Amino acid sequence: MSQVPDNLRYRESHEWIDPQTGAMGITDHAQHELTDVVYVELPKVGTQVKAGDQIAVVESVKAASDIYAPVSGEIVEANAALSSDSSLVNTEPFVQGWICKIKASDPAELNALMDAAAYRQHIA
Amino acid sequence: MAHPSHSGAVSETTSLKRSPLHEKHLELGARMVPFAGWEMPVQYKGIVDEHKAVRGHAGVFDISHMGQFLIEGRGAEAFLNRALTNNVSKLAPGQGQYTLLLNADGGVIDDLIVYRLSDREFFLVVNASKIDEDREQLKSLGFGDDVQFADISEQTGGIAVQGPRSRDVFKAVFGSDAGFPEHNTAFISVTADGVLYLCGTGYTGEEGFEFFAPASVIGDWFDKLVAAARDAGGMPCGLGARDTLRLEMGYPLNGNDLAPDKTPLQAGLGFFVDYEKGDFVGRDALLKQKEVGLPTKLTAFRMTGASPPPRPHYPVWGGDACLTEICSGCLSPTLGYGIGMAYLPVALSKPGNALEIEIRGKKYAAETVKKPFYRKPSN
Repeated sequence: MSQVPDNLRYRESHEWIDPQTGAMGITDHAQHELTDVVYVELPKVGTQVKAGDQIAVVESVKAASDIYAPVSGEIVEANAALSSDSSLVNTEPFVQGWICKIKASDPAELNALMDAAAYRQHIA
Repeated sequence: MAHPSHSGAVSETTSLKRSPLHEKHLELGARMVPFAGWEMPVQYKGIVDEHKAVRGHAGVFDISHMGQFLIEGRGAEAFLNRALTNNVSKLAPGQGQYTLLLNADGGVIDDLIVYRLSDREFFLVVNASKIDEDREQLKSLGFGDDVQFADISEQTGGIAVQGPRSRDVFKAVFGSDAGFPEHNTAFISVTADGVLYLCGTGYTGEEGFEFFAPASVIGDWFDKLVAAARDAGGMPCGLGARDTLRLEMGYPLNGNDLAPDKTPLQAGLGFFVDYEKGDFVGRDALLKQKEVGLPTKLTAFRMTGASPPPRPHYPVWGGDACLTEICSGCLSPTLGYGIGMAYLPVALSKPGNALEIEIRGKKYAAETVKKPFYRKPSN
């Protein structure tokens, strides 16, 4: 059973975002589907992004997968720890495995994302 | 998240062939993907764990998708010497060799292993994606009255056991008194269930064997081999690990690294071509290429700085010139850096030459290196 923390919001394409901190990453379900993450291409801090923009790439041994911004805003931090240990995306997708932080420009976009209950249904 | 370079779409699997071990894979929780017209396990536990299991212990692979031909008769030896690049006359019964099937231009149709079973019987193991093409090519050369050909691919299942503990796995399953098929040798065992082929070959650089049996009985053998591999610290392994293991050794994969417009000389496989044995398909073209020089050579490279994994079709740059694209590439699970192979102009193929690999519009430093990428620690 994949973990789906209650305090996060979710995009259909399996990204999560924490409405409190703006931290985002990929879900436990997504990391399980991707399998061993061997490389993460992080977004540049300071970049302005629109919801749905491709902002990062997560690579397993077999495939490169695009990661999309759950909301519009500015990339204010990227998780440099993933450069030395990309497997954090597998082992702690919601904690140490976060990809970047986005300062949301439109709070309404956060509310439009799935809550935990809806995401659980989405991956059921 | 999206899977732009992932070919495992569920809708594609409807017309795919299934291995006789299909149900076993599902029971083991394998992830199934399309490969060479087959639905095959790309991984069970994870590619990196499986890769390391083979380097350290033992891995069990389903290779039922591979093709098997039996060629026998008084004219079989001469026929195979005409069809293939290597010299089957050098094989004693029970011995095998790596060889190539070429077109008239000297380009590679397939790479395969041929075993001599007796003075007039030969067993060929060919790539899954090339079974039909190989059969048609052989047929087109004319078997005559002295050569009987049988394609037994459909009714044959196959399992590869690879890794330093392969002998222990073999003994546990076949008995401690059973002879292990040493490298490039094969035994056949005639049982009530049909013929078993035990071959001392592999595609990982580790010691091991490949085992072919009638599809109807392969499942029981798979269970036994997986159990014995687990006892030896190993596990079942998918095609994902098979690919990273073979690439660490610099072994070519037909379709990626071998192609009908590339000769074995360009692929660095000249060792498996015997010009002295007499005429064979592609011989004139190879001799001519030797004389005028190779246009390109399959060259190994490694990434020299932090970079995403190099993958097939990424552009390869030398200075301001885009030279070619990657044939095979991956992040080496053993070495921890990106490795790959590409056809480069001969002048640029010597080890230590600087290259750049373009990945999503950005260039990353690489350099040409000697094969194999991985050498077993000697101890």
